[in-house]
Amino acid sequence: MTKTLASEISALHARTQKSAARMIEREPYYEPIGSEIALFEAAYASQIPVLLKGPTGCGKTRFTEYMAWRLKRPLFTVSCHDDLTAADLIGRYLITNNETVWVDGPLAHAVRCGGICYLDEIVEARKDTTVVIHPLADDRRILPMEKHGELLHAPKEFLLAMSYNPGYQSVLKELKQSTRQRFVGIEFAYPGAALEKKIIMTETAVAPDIADKLIRLAEMTRNLKGNGLDEGASTRLLVHAGKLLARGIPAHAACVSAVAEALTDDADMLRAINELATSLF
Amino acid sequence: MSLPRRCSDTAAAARAPLGAAQLEKKLDDALDAVLSARRTAQPLALNLAPLERELQDFTLHWVAVIARTNGELAYQFASLAPTVLHKIDLSSAEAWIIHAMDTFDREGLYRGSAELKNVDAFIRAAHEHAQAATFEDANNVLGLFICGLAGRRLKLEAGSEAYTDTESIHLPARIASEASRQRNFLMYKAMATHLWAQARYGTFNVDLPGKLAVYADAEHALALYHYFETVRIDAIISRELPGLARELSVLRAGVDPPAGCSRLEKPEATAADSLALVTELYAKFTPPRLSYMGTMQPDIAQAVRNARVAREKKELRAELADILEKKAPDQSLQQGAARYSIANESNNDVSGGIELSLDGEPLAASEHVDELLQSIAQDLGKIPDDYLLPAGKSANRKAHASDENADDAGTHTGEDRDAVLYNEWDYKRRHYRKNWCVLRETDVQAGDAAFVDNTVVKYALQVSQLRRTFEMLRGEDRWMKQQQGGDEIDLDAVISAYADMHTGVELTERLFIERHKAERDIAVMFMVDMSGSTKGWINEAEREALAILCEALEVLGDRYAIYGFSGITRKRCEIYRIKRFSEKYDDTVRRRIAGIQPHDYTRMGVAIRHLTALLNAVDARTKLLITLSDGKPDDYSDNYRGEYGVEDTRQALIEAHRGGVHPFCITIDREAREYLPRMYGAVNYTLIDDVGRLPLKVADVYRRLTS
Repeated sequence: MTKTLASEISALHARTQKSAARMIEREPYYEPIGSEIALFEAAYASQIPVLLKGPTGCGKTRFTEYMAWRLKRPLFTVSCHDDLTAADLIGRYLITNNETVWVDGPLAHAVRCGGICYLDEIVEARKDTTVVIHPLADDRRILPMEKHGELLHAPKEFLLAMSYNPGYQSVLKELKQSTRQRFVGIEFAYPGAALEKKIIMTETAVAPDIADKLIRLAEMTRNLKGNGLDEGASTRLLVHAGKLLARGIPAHAACVSAVAEALTDDADMLRAINELATSLF
Repeated sequence: MSLPRRCSDTAAAARAPLGAAQLEKKLDDALDAVLSARRTAQPLALNLAPLERELQDFTLHWVAVIARTNGELAYQFASLAPTVLHKIDLSSAEAWIIHAMDTFDREGLYRGSAELKNVDAFIRAAHEHAQAATFEDANNVLGLFICGLAGRRLKLEAGSEAYTDTESIHLPARIASEASRQRNFLMYKAMATHLWAQARYGTFNVDLPGKLAVYADAEHALALYHYFETVRIDAIISRELPGLARELSVLRAGVDPPAGCSRLEKPEATAADSLALVTELYAKFTPPRLSYMGTMQPDIAQAVRNARVAREKKELRAELADILEKKAPDQSLQQGAARYSIANESNNDVSGGIELSLDGEPLAASEHVDELLQSIAQDLGKIPDDYLLPAGKSANRKAHASDENADDAGTHTGEDRDAVLYNEWDYKRRHYRKNWCVLRETDVQAGDAAFVDNTVVKYALQVSQLRRTFEMLRGEDRWMKQQQGGDEIDLDAVISAYADMHTGVELTERLFIERHKAERDIAVMFMVDMSGSTKGWINEAEREALAILCEALEVLGDRYAIYGFSGITRKRCEIYRIKRFSEKYDDTVRRRIAGIQPHDYTRMGVAIRHLTALLNAVDARTKLLITLSDGKPDDYSDNYRGEYGVEDTRQALIEAHRGGVHPFCITIDREAREYLPRMYGAVNYTLIDDVGRLPLKVADVYRRLTS
């Protein structure tokens, strides 16, 4: 292998892994709702993979980042989609200068360096893809890489985590029992009003009365769940609305853009949320 | 209906007005049922004779159409037409007729003919129409709006006046008092919010009929109370919903409450304060009427509230007993006494949720219990201790409640929660009849599970062959070479690219192998005719067909659901669940297939509309709606039989098609060629003349359809 090729390969490695892998340098802002931190730490110490369940925008990804920072492990996040193949997770051969070069996928890389691999929205991935994590997720803790002819043993520091929203999945996208029964499940819900207020104020620096109104609006949309909305407004949407408000966008426009339009396309529902927002501000 | 007015001379001759005699004959035919020796069509014909031919044709057409609904209404229309048709254009006239017929459908002949005669009001309303807000338009948005505001779930209903009975909000059918449509909608919103607030903030939590009875002029006292409550609620709204309060102040147009009312605006004010003010100011004050006040119906509200308070107490205590029983099945209920308590009791605030605890431990209660607690607290301000005593076997009570509901379904159509209303297409009117059909879903009574096993044994050879053909249909994974991206490198492609590179040919980017997963993304809904005419061997063949079909579909892995349909009259359309999309093909489903029984009639349109809605809730690339039927659409007592039913079914299928559903029909009716092409189109049906072959044929047809 010539020197230039070696540097190209390392450049390739850097490119494929840069987006996903990172050490979290600064403490992410996270407000614990219950005992999730203790649970996560216990699972990590016992080398049991973790399944984070909860509606969208309730803080699953933020929690994972926080835990990666707390445990001082690099975090590899993979957003799952229905074209995600096993090769995307494990790695593949690429061609450079008439030679084939093996490039680790994020899962393999996380195993090698003892990081946390976080598979976001795991049910979006194809079922045959999910199966490759099975040997990693039980007490074998191995990752067979057939194409590369290598068998990776996960170090103690490695942790597999994935997130899953049980709320809106279709029957097609249920998690297989053989997959889910390998994990410790941690349930997330929207924080209570007081905590949610604190979160909104910390994240967006809006005034307390504005935060109160945003929370009222969230409650109203959560009342509509099952009556035309699949989900109520998440904490994340409230933070978005708060950020727009803090930048001087008028309250009504901020709520419509950050909350109503994000929740639904249905014209009547948009108008209804619009009316609710108008009533509050 | 508008025909070109200018015609050539010859055409004009052909389109010359009909004479009185010709008109009389046509009217005689159409109005036969309501004419007599004393009331003949002659005066009608004489009045119609001077009209232009276009107007005459219009009148005759609609007389025939209305006569199909009601002869008397048609007669009245015929007598009104000559004067009215000179006043309004034909499209307005059509709207006027449809409006009268809709009123007739809803409220009967008296109101229907009143609307017909009230043509001037209709014309005025049509002019206002551009500015008016109608309940229909507002309902969707306001229903969601009120639902979002929290508190007890309230239904919105159209009526003549705005009031609430504490469980539903009645709003006028249209509001045109304001200058613009936007303002009229605001008026709707203001009324709805106030009525919601009356229910939410305890306007009816005082014994209103009793308190008002002591005054000589109870009406004046009620008007005072209504006004004071409006002031109190306006104050609440300005605290809770300041944006809405700003909009309301526009509608209030400077009418400010008198000085004595200031205590109503304090946060701690209750309905009792309003009552006290009624006593104080009874003789001194004439309350103003605010435009968004609506009316107050204390008797109705109290009756509904009392019934609810009693019902919810029972329900809550039964639910609590149920929780205890689940926790510790062997303990007797006596020990459960006083074990429940409310953790966060704070008066007047029910928005934050009520925390129920058992033996001091917080309890995660079901949604239903939460709703009950909320509703009770809303009525009584808190949860009284005796409500927390578990009582009664809830299982018995639930059975009782469902008995009540069953009675209800028979008498008050459309009132119960499970019923769904559907429009129906009236081809004569060329309009929908709104909320015409009342449909309910029920499970098929389970039959003998052995039936399915026996069928599979009976057709063992054919079933195993079917399974093999279906297995072949199942998509196999394929490796696709020379792709732009993929799982692996296509070495052949790389080598030839390498050669290309050396000879100076342009390099291809297609160097990968991709695994292509052939996915059958199909959802299919089977709609099975369970009408009385299937009784006997057709029913047997249907059940066998479903049993074999399920065996085959399980191999294929397509998502499928099976529902039966029948019913009698538009008010009792029934859908029978045999297999939902979410259900597995298990013993329960097998029993249901065995339990399919012939019932009543075949009102197909509404069944198609309902099942299409269910099918559309499934996410699939291809959606099929396959009907197994033995004959024409048909129903008892109204005119569904014949062309009406065929046209309604056709319309329902067109709606389904528009929504991306492919309808298909398998029938054993030999006469089907006469009407099925009209309903399903020329190729979307298949006719099986031999009932004995139905069981195997259905699976076969399905294979052809989806490969």
